[in-house]
Amino acid sequence: MGEIKLMKGNEALSEAMIRAGCDAYFGYPITPQSEVLEYLAIHAHARTGMVVLQAESEVAAINMIYGAAGAGKRVMTTSSSPGMSLMQEGISYIAGAELPCLLANVVRGGPGLGTIQPSQADYFQSVKGGGHGDYKLIVLAPSTVQEMVDFVKLGFELAEKYRNPAMILTDGAIGQMMEKVELFDQMPRKTEYPDWATNGKPKGKERRYITSLHIQPELMEEINVRLQAKYAVMEEEEVLCQTHYVDDAEYLFTGFGLGARICLKAAEMARENGYKVGVVRPITLFPFPKKVYSELADKVKGILDVEMNAGQMVEDVRLSVNGKTPVEFYGRMGGIIASPEEIYDKFISTFIKGEK
Amino acid sequence: MSDIEMLEMDDVCIKENEMYYKPSTLTDTPMHYCPGCGHGTAHKVLMEVVEEMGIENDIIGVAPVGCSVFAYHYMNVDMQQAAHGRACAVATGIKRCYPERFVFTYQGDGDLAAIGTAETIHAANRGENILVVFINNGIYGMTSGQMAPTTLPGMVSTTSPFGRDVATMGHPLKISELLAQLPGVAYVTRQSVHEANNVKRTKKAFAKALEYQKRGLGFCLVEIVTNCPSNWKMTPLQSNKFVTDKMIPFYPLGDIKVPEGK
Repeated sequence: MGEIKLMKGNEALSEAMIRAGCDAYFGYPITPQSEVLEYLAIHAHARTGMVVLQAESEVAAINMIYGAAGAGKRVMTTSSSPGMSLMQEGISYIAGAELPCLLANVVRGGPGLGTIQPSQADYFQSVKGGGHGDYKLIVLAPSTVQEMVDFVKLGFELAEKYRNPAMILTDGAIGQMMEKVELFDQMPRKTEYPDWATNGKPKGKERRYITSLHIQPELMEEINVRLQAKYAVMEEEEVLCQTHYVDDAEYLFTGFGLGARICLKAAEMARENGYKVGVVRPITLFPFPKKVYSELADKVKGILDVEMNAGQMVEDVRLSVNGKTPVEFYGRMGGIIASPEEIYDKFISTFIKGEK
Repeated sequence: MSDIEMLEMDDVCIKENEMYYKPSTLTDTPMHYCPGCGHGTAHKVLMEVVEEMGIENDIIGVAPVGCSVFAYHYMNVDMQQAAHGRACAVATGIKRCYPERFVFTYQGDGDLAAIGTAETIHAANRGENILVVFINNGIYGMTSGQMAPTTLPGMVSTTSPFGRDVATMGHPLKISELLAQLPGVAYVTRQSVHEANNVKRTKKAFAKALEYQKRGLGFCLVEIVTNCPSNWKMTPLQSNKFVTDKMIPFYPLGDIKVPEGK
């Protein structure tokens, strides 16, 4: 049993970062994730010698990540929606140069400066690319403070396994709320670095270089093909998905992160009222659990997708279901969190009463 | 003729006769730079210093977008290619994780003094212990001849076709003088590579800057005022004359800031 603590989501994530043996954090303050840099500034360097630096902007922070990751270090940055938009150029370079690193987006309502209240409106940006070019992030969506801890460790492991940036896509509510967490033990910092890391040309060996530039189109296509093959392996091997009450389910509620947690409550309300509702919760948003939806779609009469946005993941659910069963959407936007009652009412009106 | 001894190549090509050599810190890849361009010389003297200091296994370079984006093909040390303007941030990430290694960036004027101004100033202000090589030819070379932040008043470029009008396009940015104001900056010097004596001074400046980095003195910037024959639409010789007659009077050569007591 690890150490048990009552912690705020952002602080739990920061504590996990230190315990995961992270070598460096570069970031810029933005609500609702500023506690990360604040927590690290107090605790990180003293405990593990980890580098913590407040950059002049998110643009600079993500490029510091590029440099340190390219030199073989285990590195992480965090931000919230407007700041994550500023990082997209750098993330594209990191994906193109195939550097492992971990990002966390504590999403707030948009567009523009938006609001500081929680939202899930950055699904498209995180899952579909965000920056320029064909690339994918490994995207993990925690729904508890405990998963803010667990996914730091998992995120680093996946990023390093695939030489690919991974992202924890969370929201302002999980970042700010306090829950009981079990922490994993302190892991050692890295002492060995991969052969490709540019940390000084080894004696008697070739120099290394990190780049995403391949001016010959044939080579650039070859690299794209390799990237797509890597993403295909992730889709085969790394899908994580939770299901509840699906064995006898006639209907499904689905959502990710905080939305999935509210779906579970709404499904329990439905069951109390005699409706057999199950819940599907993708944990990895990329790779997306296509097969889970596809298989369950053969058995159910309909799926209600619930998100804190205008309907983003629902597109992937519909693609996975491929018309086999109706997929309806319910969403709240701009920092509003749907209540279980609202979701239940939407289910009754849409699927039971057949209202549109 | 019969009493003249014919020399074989092997008799002539001996170490004692060597006037020119390529350091082991440069690769065999032919450079893509235009004839007469100063980049090749700047690369070579920087890499000569790295070889002479014996630090080729302890140095990491960062080359962002610009004509020198392919510097990693030529410099035989570990290198990272960076996004446009972000070299000082990338270098910060490396140096903070490996404070005992040498780190340098190699940036053009558009990269360092336009799109990357924030990254440059803040890295300098934090006193990041890195060497920044700043190639100032007053024009965007890679994108073929647009106005740079350093383009001289009245100078023609493809985006200032009637000459740079400072009333509407702003004044050339003397970023070296600007950076020299910051307490985190240890050493700022402006050199050139268009004449043999200046090449020697540039080499000395690189050696000093890397020595200061070794001693942890802070941010060092070596600006090199250079030419761009292709985009200035001049012959190499004409472009070197332009450096002497026009560029250097505006961007005077010499040390702008040296470490205290040095």
